[in-house]
Amino acid sequence: MPQIAQLADTWSSQVFWLLVFFGITFFVIGKGMVPKVMETVAQRDGQIAADLAAAKAARDAADDQEEAWRVRENENRAAAQAIVTKAKDEAAAKSEKKLKAAQTRIDKKLADAEARIEEARMAALAEVESVAVEAAQDIVKTLAGVKVTKPVATKAVKEQMAHG
Amino acid sequence: MAAEQAKVDPMYQFTIQALGGSDNWELAGYNIAFTNSAMWMLITTVVLFLFVLGGMKRELVPGRWQMMVETFTGFIDNMLEANIGKAGRKYVPYVFSLFMFILFANLLGLLPLGIAGIHPFTFTSHFTVTGVLAIISFSIVLIVGFWRHGLHFFSLFVPHGTPLPMVPVIAPIEFISFMVRPFSLGLRLFVAMMAGHVLLEVLSSFVIDGTNAGAGFGLLVGLPSFILMIGICALELLVAGIQAYVFALLTSLYINDAENLH
Repeated sequence: MPQIAQLADTWSSQVFWLLVFFGITFFVIGKGMVPKVMETVAQRDGQIAADLAAAKAARDAADDQEEAWRVRENENRAAAQAIVTKAKDEAAAKSEKKLKAAQTRIDKKLADAEARIEEARMAALAEVESVAVEAAQDIVKTLAGVKVTKPVATKAVKEQMAHG
Repeated sequence: MAAEQAKVDPMYQFTIQALGGSDNWELAGYNIAFTNSAMWMLITTVVLFLFVLGGMKRELVPGRWQMMVETFTGFIDNMLEANIGKAGRKYVPYVFSLFMFILFANLLGLLPLGIAGIHPFTFTSHFTVTGVLAIISFSIVLIVGFWRHGLHFFSLFVPHGTPLPMVPVIAPIEFISFMVRPFSLGLRLFVAMMAGHVLLEVLSSFVIDGTNAGAGFGLLVGLPSFILMIGICALELLVAGIQAYVFALLTSLYINDAENLH
């Protein structure tokens, strides 16, 4: 086993050269190069984290804007709805007013017409009465030869007409 | 025949040889010959450097190579954060170096470069090497522990909620298990790597000797051994990763003890 057989002759050289080369490895590679490699990794990780954060912020901002747009949109819709409703109400009120006015006019016309009809009827009745009185006077004079005065005849006619 | 058998010595692959006449290099009286082991440490360091360098393009959208390097750093980072917490991040350079150094050493040692005449040397199969790495990890635990908690760090040996009469019994056990850590840490890697390489070598000797002994033995012994070797190679690749991971994971768990005492 050379490890033991050569121990006395070689241990110092083994230890010396190991310290030399492991020392070079440690100070040049371990201390000099590895931190730079790790720094690069850390930089990249930082960059990725920053990019992710930026992307998230952008998404959040987009969400906020969409939300704001939605709110505004809803407001606009509500406002439009209100305007439509108001216009409808106004139109309804106006047409109602017009209808009322028309109704009033029609009612008045109707009332006038009725009044006129009533008047005409009264006039006609009065005419019929006077005609009937004259006719009664004539009939009585012709049949009985009695001269009936107008007031008496009128009274008789009125009585008869009142009974139908 | 005897000479051929000696060639497939399963332990020969662990032999350390000085390269380029550096046998007698010395530093303060200690031999520091530049060996094949040191050579593969150098290769591991260079390959690891090139690997990580490919991940240094620092592009926002990473390419495959950069992605691969970042996967490894992220893996270590996650492991430390899961085991230690936020305070674990400062150990990423050390644990990353440890994990990748062991991983690359294990994997490079498995490369079939022997075909090209280059013999890979797996230096993680030497306990002198794994032991030093374990001692470094253990020292970090001790230094961090005493730095952050002072002498209060000794309360590590008294688990939370231990009844007072049990303390004299529990504390020595905890102390021993604590002191065993560097040994288990170093030996685990060393044994796993050595065992795998020895197994492959033994199986390859079956293939060679069986085939040399004739077509019948070749089919009966050599072929199944060869098929088994292919499977074991895949297993060894897995072990290479797992052992590096275990080393790094245990190191981070031990550091957690020191960082967040109970």
